[in-house]
Amino acid sequence: MTERPAGYHALTVDEERRGDFDTRFMRINVGPQHPSTHGVLRLVVDLDGERIVRISPQIGYLHTGFEKTMEHRTYQQVITYTNRMDYVHSFAHDLAYVLSAEKLMEARVPERAQRVRVILTELNRIASHLVFLGTGILDMGALTLFFYTMREREQLLDIFESVTGVRMNFGYFRVGGLYRDVPESFEHDVRAFLAGFPKMLDQYATMFMKNDIFVNRTKGVGVIPRERALEYGLTGPSLRASGVPLDFRKAEPYSGYEEYAFEVPTSEEGDAFARFEMRFREMTQCLRIVEQALDRLEPGPVQDPDRRISLPPRSELETSMEAVIFHFKLVTEGFHPPRGVSYVATESARGELGYYLVSDGGSMPYRVKVRVPSLINLQSLELACVGGLFADMVVNIATLDPVMGDVDK
Amino acid sequence: MDPLWVTLIKAFVLCLVLLGAFAYMTLIERRILGRMQHRHGPNRTGPFGLLQPIADAIKSVFKEDIIVTNADKVVYVMAPMISIIFALSAFGAIPGGPAGSLFGFNPWVVDLDIGVLYVLAVTSVGVYGIFLGGWASNSKYALLGSLRSSAQIISYELGLGLSVLSVIMIAGTLNLREIVEVGVWTVSPWLWPPLAVAFVAFVISAIAEVNRTPFDLPEAEQEIVAGYLTEYSGIKWALYQMSEYVNMMTAAAFISTLFLGGYRGPYVLERLIPGSSEWPIIWLVLKMAIFMFLFIWLRATLPRFRYDQLMRFGWLYLFEVALAATLLTGAVIAFVL
Repeated sequence: MTERPAGYHALTVDEERRGDFDTRFMRINVGPQHPSTHGVLRLVVDLDGERIVRISPQIGYLHTGFEKTMEHRTYQQVITYTNRMDYVHSFAHDLAYVLSAEKLMEARVPERAQRVRVILTELNRIASHLVFLGTGILDMGALTLFFYTMREREQLLDIFESVTGVRMNFGYFRVGGLYRDVPESFEHDVRAFLAGFPKMLDQYATMFMKNDIFVNRTKGVGVIPRERALEYGLTGPSLRASGVPLDFRKAEPYSGYEEYAFEVPTSEEGDAFARFEMRFREMTQCLRIVEQALDRLEPGPVQDPDRRISLPPRSELETSMEAVIFHFKLVTEGFHPPRGVSYVATESARGELGYYLVSDGGSMPYRVKVRVPSLINLQSLELACVGGLFADMVVNIATLDPVMGDVDK
Repeated sequence: MDPLWVTLIKAFVLCLVLLGAFAYMTLIERRILGRMQHRHGPNRTGPFGLLQPIADAIKSVFKEDIIVTNADKVVYVMAPMISIIFALSAFGAIPGGPAGSLFGFNPWVVDLDIGVLYVLAVTSVGVYGIFLGGWASNSKYALLGSLRSSAQIISYELGLGLSVLSVIMIAGTLNLREIVEVGVWTVSPWLWPPLAVAFVAFVISAIAEVNRTPFDLPEAEQEIVAGYLTEYSGIKWALYQMSEYVNMMTAAAFISTLFLGGYRGPYVLERLIPGSSEWPIIWLVLKMAIFMFLFIWLRATLPRFRYDQLMRFGWLYLFEVALAATLLTGAVIAFVL
């Protein structure tokens, strides 16, 4: 599939200037400002007619130096940055980070906090897949589904707003628990969403899964075979579309995912249609998880009572000198994890996501390395696109679902 | 035949009407799309957004008119004009009512004996506007768009031409007014199946001919930015938009005239109010409105075809279906009637 035609080689600048080059191929620059590169992805594409001969993603337009900045922030402050990478599935980044930091600190997160984290992360996963569905089909020229998915996403964002105070870049999880407890309306709102959403999913299905033009545009397009997907380190729904049932919620359960019954949908085809279908079916599983977590949500504390990590309650500050000292230490310099490293693999809407933290015993991480799914999944773009048509490239970008903040960090 | 000055005035009035209709079609389209997509559409400028087209027009006229540095300037400026001139001229042959029904005037600009050929020919010349525009822009996206457009129009011209043949064979004339007067559906019930097939094939080809969803590849935003329109701005861009909408209206009027009795009113209503089917303009406009709504509805519903799928659809299905309809019509005329 990735075979290049005989006699083909990438042009040097000199060759291009002299005009001494093969005119069979046209080099076209897609992005960083282009309607369907999902952000600031730039692709240099060589075309033979409308067929793609070579494709090379150029990234870094959104590079923000998050990893380096994190080395100069205390462990709790880092959370401000984590959710800004993948702004579509923010809670996944927050969760991945706090899990890793909690592993360093050996914190014990109360059950209620665990459940709320799972509910929010799964709801956010649905919101992320809704953006995927809407924009994915928008890339094929169908306008309407986008507005429908945004309507449902709005309902989710309202829930997130009532919980965290913001609609984006939540920063609600803390090392050791949550920033605060969820509001009283939370359970009611989530149940309302759970009741209404399956009907919407059926509506989406009639709008695209059963639409002949959509099926023709995606079936057999951008096939990534199982072996190549594994070689390229593809993870997440895109990997499961190629027939590998790897889901870190099942493979290495965290945050109590082992307690919930859910399935990991897989498909053998590995084409764009399968990638659409995986995310579509995954939404139903998210609903199942949320429902179970909500049923088991008991009242209780949402912060680890360990004074090394969490602030003491306000009432104690007036009576206990100890509490004032702990409060002072936490506010001024944060906590000090022991020397060591930690990594927890989690499943974001896009694939394997983990924070590799190195602690030198100080109050700030010595090194942070984020294993972001979008960046690594984006490598497979070449596999999917070369040999296909220019119009398929758009479908392939959409189905690999990169978020540029997640790619460039 | 009208005297020359009458024809000239009618042509002028028709152009004004078409351009006014274009302006309000954009508003209607955006409002209908809004309704279908769970949002409002433009409703702030004047009551129900009625002043929106005027605001848009003022904006397009006063916008900076950019001519790309490396563009072929003459062709670049001419291309949108070619588009709009041919789009406007095509409509002239379409009759709006029976002879002398519009205050004693004939409700058409010209009454051509080869009206069908004229409309087909002039609408397909319009593709030069798109092709030259894309070529002259000296931009790769525009080039891809214009290539797609040419390939598409060549493939769909065939289906379009072939499906008209059934109507021509039944009516025995190429004059659009006479086709309406014959009333193709009233000739014989045996002709209904081939006519129905030809009708469907014609509608599909016509959508492809005017570059609307799901055949809007030349300006496929998500792939090639805006296709041949990429480098155009201001009034030149507006001219292209105008020609797209005028082409839509021509296509709608052409379909109505060929297959749906054009300016004739419904039979049932004629029984209730005698003479109602002789009213000029109104019936044609109502029939056109149905197709305009169909075009908008499709745009809200369907994804876009891929280039190769579109070609395959045109050559393998539409062409064959139209051919079958033509042969069937011929067989019915030869052996049954």
